[in-house]
Amino acid sequence: MAYVAVKGGERAIDAAHAWLAEDRRGDPAVPELATAQIAEQLGRAVDRVMAEGACYDPDLAALAVKQAQGDLIEAAFLLRAYRTTLPRFADTRPVETGAMAVRRRVSAVFKDMPGGQVLGPTYDYTHRLLDFDLAEPGAAVAEAGSAPPGGPMPGVMDLLGHEGLIQPEAGLDGRPGDLTREPLAFPAGRDVRLQALARGDEGFLLALGYSSQRGYGGAHPFVGELRVGEVTVEVEVPELDFTLDIGDVTVTECQMVNQFKGSKEVPPQFTRGYGLCFGHSERKAMGMALVDRAMRAAELGEDVTAPAQTVEFVLSHCDNIEATGFVEHLKLPHYVDFQSELETIRRLRAGTETGGVEAGE
Amino acid sequence: MNGYNFAYLDEQTKRMIRRALLKAVAIPGYQVPFGSREMPLPYGWGTGGIQVTASILGRADVLKVIDQGADDTTNAVSIRRFFARTAGVATTTHTAEASVIQTRHRIPEAPLRTDQIIVYQVPQPEPLSKLEPSRAETRRMHALAEYGLMHVKLYEDIARIGAVTISYDYPVMVNGRHLMSPSPIPAFDTPKMDGMAALQLFGAGREKRIYAIPPYTSVKPLDFEDHPFRLTRAPHACTLCGAADSYLDEVVTDDRGGRMFVCSDSDFCETRQSGAAA
Amino acid sequence: MSLDALLSAQGLRLSYGRIAALDGVDAEVFPGEVLAVVGESGSGKTTLLNALAGAVRPDAGVVSYRDRDGALHDVHRMSAPALRALHRSDWGTVHQDPRQSLRMAVSAGGNVGERLMTQGARHYGDIRAAAIDWLRQVEIAADRVDDLPRTFSGGMLQRLQIARTLVTQPRLVFMDEPTGGLDVSVQARLLDLIRDLVARLGVAVVLVTHDIAVARLLAGRIVVMRAGQVVETGLTDQVLDDPQHPYTQLLVSSVLHA
Repeated sequence: MAYVAVKGGERAIDAAHAWLAEDRRGDPAVPELATAQIAEQLGRAVDRVMAEGACYDPDLAALAVKQAQGDLIEAAFLLRAYRTTLPRFADTRPVETGAMAVRRRVSAVFKDMPGGQVLGPTYDYTHRLLDFDLAEPGAAVAEAGSAPPGGPMPGVMDLLGHEGLIQPEAGLDGRPGDLTREPLAFPAGRDVRLQALARGDEGFLLALGYSSQRGYGGAHPFVGELRVGEVTVEVEVPELDFTLDIGDVTVTECQMVNQFKGSKEVPPQFTRGYGLCFGHSERKAMGMALVDRAMRAAELGEDVTAPAQTVEFVLSHCDNIEATGFVEHLKLPHYVDFQSELETIRRLRAGTETGGVEAGE
Repeated sequence: MNGYNFAYLDEQTKRMIRRALLKAVAIPGYQVPFGSREMPLPYGWGTGGIQVTASILGRADVLKVIDQGADDTTNAVSIRRFFARTAGVATTTHTAEASVIQTRHRIPEAPLRTDQIIVYQVPQPEPLSKLEPSRAETRRMHALAEYGLMHVKLYEDIARIGAVTISYDYPVMVNGRHLMSPSPIPAFDTPKMDGMAALQLFGAGREKRIYAIPPYTSVKPLDFEDHPFRLTRAPHACTLCGAADSYLDEVVTDDRGGRMFVCSDSDFCETRQSGAAA
Repeated sequence: MSLDALLSAQGLRLSYGRIAALDGVDAEVFPGEVLAVVGESGSGKTTLLNALAGAVRPDAGVVSYRDRDGALHDVHRMSAPALRALHRSDWGTVHQDPRQSLRMAVSAGGNVGERLMTQGARHYGDIRAAAIDWLRQVEIAADRVDDLPRTFSGGMLQRLQIARTLVTQPRLVFMDEPTGGLDVSVQARLLDLIRDLVARLGVAVVLVTHDIAVARLLAGRIVVMRAGQVVETGLTDQVLDDPQHPYTQLLVSSVLHA
């Protein structure tokens, strides 16, 4: 049989993509999903894609979820690749989470405080029993009993700050770093670390945060405050002498309170781990806050022994777009490398060097 | 292509990458950190090479893209299409006709010329990474030219197995100063880098590093005087063109141990076949 | 600095917060001698070793090293590459825990050969022969050359570390409690080995130890430290047999009663 070298990569790719489109649509007898349905009814998925895609746009995120057949890392990748082409007009001012329109706010360290505890829309205390009523569209939705809370809701951490019990946060001189413009360098400042975590994979942060609770990092965390709601995004326009409100974004913020034994120079006090991410994702914000605090070990004079405390390890591996690309690239042809491994193994096994040729010099 | 700049990247980004390339050429083999952009292709699939190519490509260029030596492998097709779509440049499968060659895992068999540039896709630019995972530490090792550790690895191979077992991505010393990963090309291709007439550029998108070898630069594989560098190829001739000195792919023809060997460089092989036919 | 001194420290001061780890320390090391720095923990002896080796920068004071050509170098003003070059050529270090400097995933031969390769040795056969020769000198059987250090006992690990350090024939070796953590019988054998090697090679050693017996066995001269200061210095026999300072007297008596 004559051998014909493998050809037709181009046709194969076209055919594969056509098949993918068919697969994505599924049974044509089932109505097609509208992106509005995804944005409205799969909000947590959309939130995760916006957080890891580092782009706040629920409509585009919903489109990405649809295009990726619900593969959320693939969807975040689509959003990132789109985001990177966008022009940059201005930097926003730091958002004021203290002025958040709060939907949910809990603290584990005080029973009550100004503004109170607000349970909000949460899966906490739901019994995880499948609700078969949801299987059929049209089930009645109970009215939410309470109105959104009003009145000021000062941050719990500020309450601790008044007593000097929590380490004050140093302000940042100048513009924060930006990982999407400048490559990561070590030692990495906390601005860059927090950016990396905010874009980082929820599962990775969850696992690392969890590991720090189990002794790999020795954290003693309390949820000082967890709040979810809308914050206003403002930009400063150089030509105007006031800031411009360009819209609201939903964010989840978590501030963890951690013990710190103090050192020769510093009296014992609490320290903060901080988490902030787009959308409603308490798991992500909490994991982030745990890992942020763990990564401060070196600067606080604690031993660095665990993965969560190792800044280079965490920052180099938290991005799921990088991780999935490099893991999945193993699918690409490697037969040239593998061939050289084959010949080397054969040569070594033969115990002779007849398989090799001398270097051409 | 509508809505996108020539060759996808915006001009500011291209300028930033060109600055990194100039620095890389000035310090052969040194890994220059650069602000790698998020590309519409996955990390590990050539995002570094694509950004380098996009930054050096002009409208008059003729582009060749190979993966595993062949123009028709799926990832090569995908990247060639990307540039045909976003830059509209002419593409070719003939090594001799190309002004820019982007490659993954091979160097073409035909010698390259001074008017050509070869762009390598690099998954892991740090040659010391398997020995020392911390990049903060490996950067220091490069700065101080402390490469004893790499020789320890070669020593260990010889002590335990009798020969160096690295068969691809074979570490090289560039210009007598910087230890460099040649990208995962087979050791067979490594000698082609030494004193090559063409400019060699390397892009690692995920790791955000660019490096370069200017034309006619010394590139030496690490070895011992009494265990000199050896390259490996399957001890056969190409079934299709008869070449006995090219790098070969092994093709499994049946499940009873049947094998045949054909050139990995598809253009080289086809050129030889048509020359023989003419 | 004395004309024939190899290494000299003058007026070293270093504080950690309110604690003075070094409080005006002078010291000199001469070619081929073993200088012991003794004192209890917290006396500043390890800080002194680190300051002499350029690993810790003092707040004040100068450390000078005289190279093979007689030129003087201010250790704390050298560039990082120059200092590291010194550490891998003229100088060597033996840590209390050999795991700190050995590569546990590299064979004994590779561990010994690394310094040679770092210095540019490129002949496998020669490197291996040197490694085997050095294993013999530290009383490790030649057939262990390809074994990993994790198969070695604590005493063997320490001897392997010594071989790894001495293979490039340094002029000056810093040793921090080299026999700490070993059984008494293993310690005795190791001390004999160190004494013989140092005498034969003519290498100068700065030896930090809390163990007066170790200092007596190895060192020609001794420096007694307390609270960051040198309280007494002189020939080992002289200082230990006829201690002048009350603290030295206490140290010597406590070892006698131990």
